[in-house]
Amino acid sequence: MKRFWPFILFVVLAGFLYVGLYLNPREVPSPLINKPAPMFTLAQLHEPSKQFSPSEMKGKVWLLNVWASWCVSCREEHPVLMALAERNIVPIYGLDYKDKREDGLGWLAKGGNPYTMSMSDNEGRIGIDYGVYGVPETYVIDKDGIIRYKQIGPVTPDSLRETILPLVAGLQAK
Amino acid sequence: MKNICKYLSIALLCLLPTFAHAGEAQDMAADPVLEKRMIGLADKLRCLVCQNESLASSHAELAEDLRREVRELMKKGMSDDEIKDYLVARYGDFVLYEPPFKRYTLLLWVGPFALLIAGLAGLMLQLRKRKQAAPETQLSAEEAQRAAELLNSKDPQA
Repeated sequence: MKRFWPFILFVVLAGFLYVGLYLNPREVPSPLINKPAPMFTLAQLHEPSKQFSPSEMKGKVWLLNVWASWCVSCREEHPVLMALAERNIVPIYGLDYKDKREDGLGWLAKGGNPYTMSMSDNEGRIGIDYGVYGVPETYVIDKDGIIRYKQIGPVTPDSLRETILPLVAGLQAK
Repeated sequence: MKNICKYLSIALLCLLPTFAHAGEAQDMAADPVLEKRMIGLADKLRCLVCQNESLASSHAELAEDLRREVRELMKKGMSDDEIKDYLVARYGDFVLYEPPFKRYTLLLWVGPFALLIAGLAGLMLQLRKRKQAAPETQLSAEEAQRAAELLNSKDPQA
């Protein structure tokens, strides 16, 4: 037994390192999960004279997707969101993060608009309140305005099927 | 009188560059004390985009925004700890370079010391065992004399 100790220690260490290989250091767990979505009032992207506030969404399950015309991964995510919008399961609201209004509008006109509505966060202040650090990010917000899930990085067909949509269905049934 | 005028105008001209400077980098120059305090705090905070850089040294756009935010919170009169709490509420403990002592950081904080103590304990046990395995031997008078001879002899070959 005694001579196996170094081997056992090696296996334990190798186990830790192996698990570490598959962890994504970019995914920092958000402290906002199960907390109320931070309130804000922002001008709408398409009609800047009108405003939007998350309080209008009480009683609905919705997605808040943080995007920008300059964001490269958003291009990867865009067709997934377009397909989701067509299925009419859950409204997607967009937060156009640190973007120029005309750039944001141009990107939606060219690639299609999956959003029920988008808001302009030119200064990125609302982004800070939501702890955004890598666009795109997507929040699932429930009927009571509580953040239930945060997807860091692009929404993929897999993450949609395995995580987001089952969660949305569960929250809608409540 | 003429001379005084001359020197006075030269002295005034020398002051000119200080006025010229005031126009640029207003954020930094506006309040050097606040800027110093901001940098001091930002040094202890992690930039979430580059992760191994502090908020003070990072050039990521988010870091710039957060420095602006910290500056403004300081102007509002918030203490350093309050600003830390503000950022932790949004980005989690990960923004702190020095993680707080909590249940799930216990291993992180205590682990190295536990390993050190375990290592020392192991070493002590090993040494004690060795001492028991090799009991001290008594030299006979003859052996003691020979040992003394060897130690005292000047020629090591002898």
